[in-house]
Amino acid sequence: MKTVNEMKLSFISKSANESFARSAVAAFLLPLDPTVAEIADVKTAVSEAVTNAVVHAYPDTFGTVIIEAKLTDKGHAVIKIRDRGVGIPDIKQAMEPLYTTSTDERAGLGFAVMQSFMDNVKVRSTVGKGTTVTLEKNFIRAAYGQK
Amino acid sequence: MVDMTYKNGVVTAKLYGEIDHHIAPRIRGDIDAQCEHSRPSRLVLDFGKVGFMDSSGIGLVMGRYRMISLLGGKLEVVNVPPNLQKIFVLSGLEKLGVMK
Ligand SMILES: Nc1ncnc2c1ncn2[C@@H]1O[C@H](COP(=O)(O)OP(=O)(O)O)[C@@H](O)[C@H]1O
Ligand SMILES: [Mg+2]
Repeated sequence: MKTVNEMKLSFISKSANESFARSAVAAFLLPLDPTVAEIADVKTAVSEAVTNAVVHAYPDTFGTVIIEAKLTDKGHAVIKIRDRGVGIPDIKQAMEPLYTTSTDERAGLGFAVMQSFMDNVKVRSTVGKGTTVTLEKNFIRAAYGQK
Repeated sequence: MVDMTYKNGVVTAKLYGEIDHHIAPRIRGDIDAQCEHSRPSRLVLDFGKVGFMDSSGIGLVMGRYRMISLLGGKLEVVNVPPNLQKIFVLSGLEKLGVMK
């Protein structure tokens, strides 16, 4: 697979940026000719990962959130959402549906949404160092279109 | 965000636009203020004009379910558009019997 396009986005962990971040990623994916449903899936998954960085990674402060995205010649998109926040002590537990450490009105469904809306989700995290969530999705028509 | 009407003991909250973690607290504030004031027997959440929603919207619905139950009322969720069906199904909210 050859990378045909790449982007990197860096912003402060303000909740106002959640909307900006998911829209920017959706716009970047447009050359893959996604369906309306596929775009909605990606926007929702990115919104979950970015919201987690805003809410959980930097609980009492603001920090930087970085998104890196890549498109391949086979119509494959890889989106990484990275923070340098508090990290996740137990990733398996964090990814369980309904698990939340928040006392706010969080549903504990962020990771469940990412997993059901994307083809692949990977989480790497180190306590005190930060978290990287990698979201992947295949856009079949795009691969055909580029033959 | 949200437009609210009160009639015959029913508060109807018409949600519109995008519901995420940034917007949800304001919607929650508006709905809860109206319900504490009107004490409705039923709160209807109308999703017909919502273009985007992530799990913050699910948290919003679950929270309103608790709020209205404490006030002795019932919750109803109506007009969920096709693009939001997937997240509502995943949330298991239909088990609460609020989806109309
Ligand atoms: N970027 C992150 N940094 C630190 N903790 C995180 C991060 N993302 C997720 N978590 C932890 O994983 C839990 C589950 O996340 P999620 O499924 O999105 O549910 P919610 O955000 O509703 O709590 C969070 O409550 C939090 O404890
Ligand atoms: Mg979350």
